[in-house]
Amino acid sequence: MKIKGRVWKFGENINTDVIIPARYLNTSDPAELAKHCMEDADPEFPKKVRPGDIIVAGRNFGCGSSREHAPIALKAAGIGCIIAPTFARIFYRNAFNMGLPIFECEEAANVIKEGDVVEIDADAGEIHDLTTGDIFKIQPIPPFMQDLISDGGLIPHVLKGLNVTVHVPGQQ
Amino acid sequence: MTNPMTIAEKILAAHAGLKTVEPGQLLEVNVDFAFGNDITAPIAIRIFRESGVSTVFDRERIGLVADHFVPNKDILSAEQARVLREFAAEQGITHHYDGGESGVEHVLLPEKGLVLPGDVVIGADSHTCTHGALGAFATGVGSSDLAATMMTGKTWFKVPESIKFVYNGRLRPWVGGKDLILYTIGDIGVDGALYMAMEFTGPVIDSLSMAGRFTMSNMAIEAGGKLGIIDPDDTTLGYVTGRASRDFTAYHSDKDAHYAKIIEYDCDQIEPQVAFPHLPENTRAISDVGNVPLDQVVIGSCTNGRVEDLALAAKVISGRHVAKGLRLIVLPTTPSVYRQALERGYILTFLDAGAVIGPPTCGPCLGGHMGVLARGERALSTTNRNFVGRMGHPESEVYLANPAIAAASAVLGRIGSPDEL
Repeated sequence: MKIKGRVWKFGENINTDVIIPARYLNTSDPAELAKHCMEDADPEFPKKVRPGDIIVAGRNFGCGSSREHAPIALKAAGIGCIIAPTFARIFYRNAFNMGLPIFECEEAANVIKEGDVVEIDADAGEIHDLTTGDIFKIQPIPPFMQDLISDGGLIPHVLKGLNVTVHVPGQQ
Repeated sequence: MTNPMTIAEKILAAHAGLKTVEPGQLLEVNVDFAFGNDITAPIAIRIFRESGVSTVFDRERIGLVADHFVPNKDILSAEQARVLREFAAEQGITHHYDGGESGVEHVLLPEKGLVLPGDVVIGADSHTCTHGALGAFATGVGSSDLAATMMTGKTWFKVPESIKFVYNGRLRPWVGGKDLILYTIGDIGVDGALYMAMEFTGPVIDSLSMAGRFTMSNMAIEAGGKLGIIDPDDTTLGYVTGRASRDFTAYHSDKDAHYAKIIEYDCDQIEPQVAFPHLPENTRAISDVGNVPLDQVVIGSCTNGRVEDLALAAKVISGRHVAKGLRLIVLPTTPSVYRQALERGYILTFLDAGAVIGPPTCGPCLGGHMGVLARGERALSTTNRNFVGRMGHPESEVYLANPAIAAASAVLGRIGSPDEL
């Protein structure tokens, strides 16, 4: 898996109330949620973000609420992946479950600058900052999580176990 | 001979059919109870419906609780509550709570005896860690995880490392579970227990009420914790006796169990705590708060909206009146809490003091409704989060404290202690 995109930087402890404020949780429509993604951190973000863009943030990204609306909003806003030193555990789980790639890498999170173009080669376990030429090593993804990803997320993985062969759109 | 284990490890081992487990191990475990609310369950229900699986794994072991945006604040939230109602009817789900039967999920479900010591519990709500106070392995998950468990009765976990917190000494006046957990978060930080089980122990915990224990476990997530767990004892058993809807097993940590860290606190040194904006780790002792004028005070939520919390607030505010220009909002968390508060005269005390009494709802805690803040407004709240925009406008401010501090602050019009009244 390779992901390439332009970087938006955010600070530490970006919580789910910032990613998608609760005032918008009266719907779970991805397009609607995307319109307000990160707006309390940067009101212009929903307008500026382009499909394939990458978020690079500080430690404990996604802390707070369990709302799956947070990764849904990020994915629907077009975010290709998120790089941070650490992720809050429910967000980490939700992101894998719904197929939003996230990568733990402290050095990359510290060094990469806003506007840089980076490419992540998940199989090689590397992040390339194409703007600066820097290369960072990524924490390997545990085998169970790799299975989840290769099955297309948690629900297809579970249905495979149940021998149910129905296609699951889940979140778009 | 099995390895010595913590309570969290023992519960996971039992639910995975293993004799022993170790931190870091990935397990598939049976789930005793799984639940969601009117924000998170609609997504889980949509996923469930689209999956082609026809029936839930066990209609007695799923909870659907309409509590966040109820009574429905607008048309869209009414639609979300309806999704729960229709799915519950379709699947014959026993524990669907709505209208006058509903309350804040993390208060209501233990009250109904649906979450018990030794259980594995998942909830599509981050404050599911509250139920760890009963000696359960209880943690928050997202909607996809809830959907998967509704299909299979199982979920997967990485066995967490445990941190043991030992609370020694004696509690000072006006100090309770809220202050202990805020102090702890202030000490270790909002990611100080990331991915880990927080185990609360020591003589102070032994003598703490269930209400105080629920408050502590509730905020484990505010330190990044997977669990906030407490060994069940006579207090726990006293609480579940007469409520338990099924058999349960109480597990206890072995004396020589392995902990990633052991942290001890001398409670004689801990004053009432206030968390300043915009993180729960920004704590200060009440004596160091300074002059912080307030527009609103909220008493309620899964953190501090139990009858013991209302009793404490009523005791402080009795015979007094809220400061001019300040709004005090009191939200009993369940119909039973409301009834007890009414019968014991607390509601009248609050009304006499000039408070607004709301229905059981999460409401203002997450800036949903019934107490949303305007630009620049400042609130003190007995809830759990003070993130930017948490209770309303992104330029509003939230301070977190216990119910006694909240009641005193409502009278003073600024953050203060009952000792100042």
